[in-house]
Amino acid sequence: MAVLIDTRTRLIVQGLTGREGTFHAKAAAAYGTKVVGGVTPGKGGATHEGWPIFNSVHDAMRETGANASVIFVPPPFAADAIMEATDAAIPLVVCITEGIPTADMLKVMEFMHGSRTRLIGPNCPGVITAGQAKAGIIPGHICKEGRIGIVSKSGTLTYEAIHQLTKQGMGQTTCIGIGGDPLIGTSFIDALRLFAADSETEAVVMIGEIGGTAEQEAAAFIAKEFRKPVVGFIAGQTAPPGRRMGHAGAIIAGGQGTAAEKMDALSKAGVHVVKSPADMGTRMREALGH
Amino acid sequence: MKIHEYQAKTVLARFGVPVPRGEVATSSAEAGAIARRLGGPISVVKAQIHAGGRGKGGGVKVAKSPEEAEQLARQMIGMTLVTHQTGPEGRKVGRVLIEEGLQIDRELYVSVLLDRAAARPVIIASAAGGMDIEEVAAKEPHKILREHVNPGVGILPFQSRKLAFGMGLGAEAALKFVKLLQAVYKAFIGTDASMIEINPLILTKGGDLLALDAKVSFDDNALYRHPDIRELRDISEEDPLEVEASTFSLNYIRLDGTIGCMVNGAGLAMATMDIIKLAGGEPANFLDVGGGANAEQIKNAFRILMADKNVKAVLINIFGGILRCDVLAAGVIAAVTELGVRVPIVIRMEGTNVEEGKRMLRESGLNFTTADSMGEAADRVVALAK
Repeated sequence: MAVLIDTRTRLIVQGLTGREGTFHAKAAAAYGTKVVGGVTPGKGGATHEGWPIFNSVHDAMRETGANASVIFVPPPFAADAIMEATDAAIPLVVCITEGIPTADMLKVMEFMHGSRTRLIGPNCPGVITAGQAKAGIIPGHICKEGRIGIVSKSGTLTYEAIHQLTKQGMGQTTCIGIGGDPLIGTSFIDALRLFAADSETEAVVMIGEIGGTAEQEAAAFIAKEFRKPVVGFIAGQTAPPGRRMGHAGAIIAGGQGTAAEKMDALSKAGVHVVKSPADMGTRMREALGH
Repeated sequence: MKIHEYQAKTVLARFGVPVPRGEVATSSAEAGAIARRLGGPISVVKAQIHAGGRGKGGGVKVAKSPEEAEQLARQMIGMTLVTHQTGPEGRKVGRVLIEEGLQIDRELYVSVLLDRAAARPVIIASAAGGMDIEEVAAKEPHKILREHVNPGVGILPFQSRKLAFGMGLGAEAALKFVKLLQAVYKAFIGTDASMIEINPLILTKGGDLLALDAKVSFDDNALYRHPDIRELRDISEEDPLEVEASTFSLNYIRLDGTIGCMVNGAGLAMATMDIIKLAGGEPANFLDVGGGANAEQIKNAFRILMADKNVKAVLINIFGGILRCDVLAAGVIAAVTELGVRVPIVIRMEGTNVEEGKRMLRESGLNFTTADSMGEAADRVVALAK
């Protein structure tokens, strides 16, 4: 079953004709994803690497039956791309683009209010369901089919978690990179809800980082109603306050958003919190009693 | 991006926010001339550095005459100002803001920033102005007022009135506050600010509302559409190595430790710092070389890492999704050879062709140690840095 994407996913790529879009469309197709076309305004009617290109998401959906889109569009145009996909009522949009202005994302959040489109990201590595499909840049070869879900704010740290689980013989259902920006479409809680409803997902690895309060909110949700084991790691335990650590959202401001308070909240909620990022895999094995 | 107080006031004034009359000076003579131009006997001399807490550190002083303003400016320009936000090394003062002295009746607080959880901008206001707002929030949370703004319609007059009356302003001052807050919010949206903080916002004995101090910071991701704002950047306020790194699209933040880190991805870079600390070491920096790290990027990264003389060992932690490990190894070998790097280097890499990459490092004859996991890499680099 898994969540968000699977063998039934029909994926279009917004920005397919760009360098990144082309590269990752090919990688997704090579992984077995049904990539059905691309959207590049002004290039409608053309064919790129064998894929039909459309002027709009509306056209692409009508012609290909697409039910998911992944966005590789430069930052100044990415918010517009998300809103276009939302207007076309596509069920899933995954935005990989890093560096979208916060004010643009404010408009996106307002525009998406009440819509049925789910946004993953932006500034994220995307989504992969092991052995089935991927939308984004997570390398397929490190994944293995199994029963662990992953939800993470960070890209390469997600790969690290997948790698550790796979090395420990534990495969994954779906890995979701939710992104490290201040405003994102899918929160930890949204992702945990999906995993809660998925019978194949037995346990979850949750990777947070400094900044904001999303991890604390997730902790409250877990304590209240999430019944599957969760292994948690928070990056930035040694980060100095007031400095933005790469991601736009990763900043300890006004003494808020420290790793310590997040780890504490998660521990109190019953999450198996690891201090060392090297222990995510082994701790999951222990949590499952294998 | 942060800017100075005098720049913040210029930006706010452009949007119609009332600010005290004043000008910036880089010499004491200039400061004296400004104080004379302002006319009144009383002026205020304010050191311009990016850190807060200047008052307590001796960076804000009242002058009773233009002569005294000149003398105070002479003392301040060139001095190293230490506040609770600068760290013990302090910041050198390059310029001072000379402003008219005002008769203050009340000190208030107002700011606009993003509330991430609500996904909306929020206005924060308080009658307890002129103090550290975080302290107010901790000790007297009832004194903090909040209004979320619907970005589609902007700040509405009734919301501003709610805040004004909540702070205990009278009818006339409340009307002025409504106007001021409209202007502040317009500035927030119009400049892609990430925060505007006016503390204190003063009510003068004459009944005027003015931004006596102002802090504005901007969304780096939006600077491309504000060339005028980008010009306000003062690189003398930033670490020179961080400035150099940014020109190579490297995300580098200098820290106090001895172990240099080179990592791809912000989350993994933070996690690498964390694991070094857990292994008993201290990271010398945060460095994210980005997703598409190539040989040139690695060389630039090494040059910046090694410019920090505290670095005794380097840990490279690359999780290559797309990047091939043999390409990475070739880049590292070339950079180390070319730059004559002498300190020990521990490399942990994962990705395509990892065995070939490791073989190349082993056979290079250079001072490399390879590790198979993050934990092992951290233990090794900490041992080597001792």
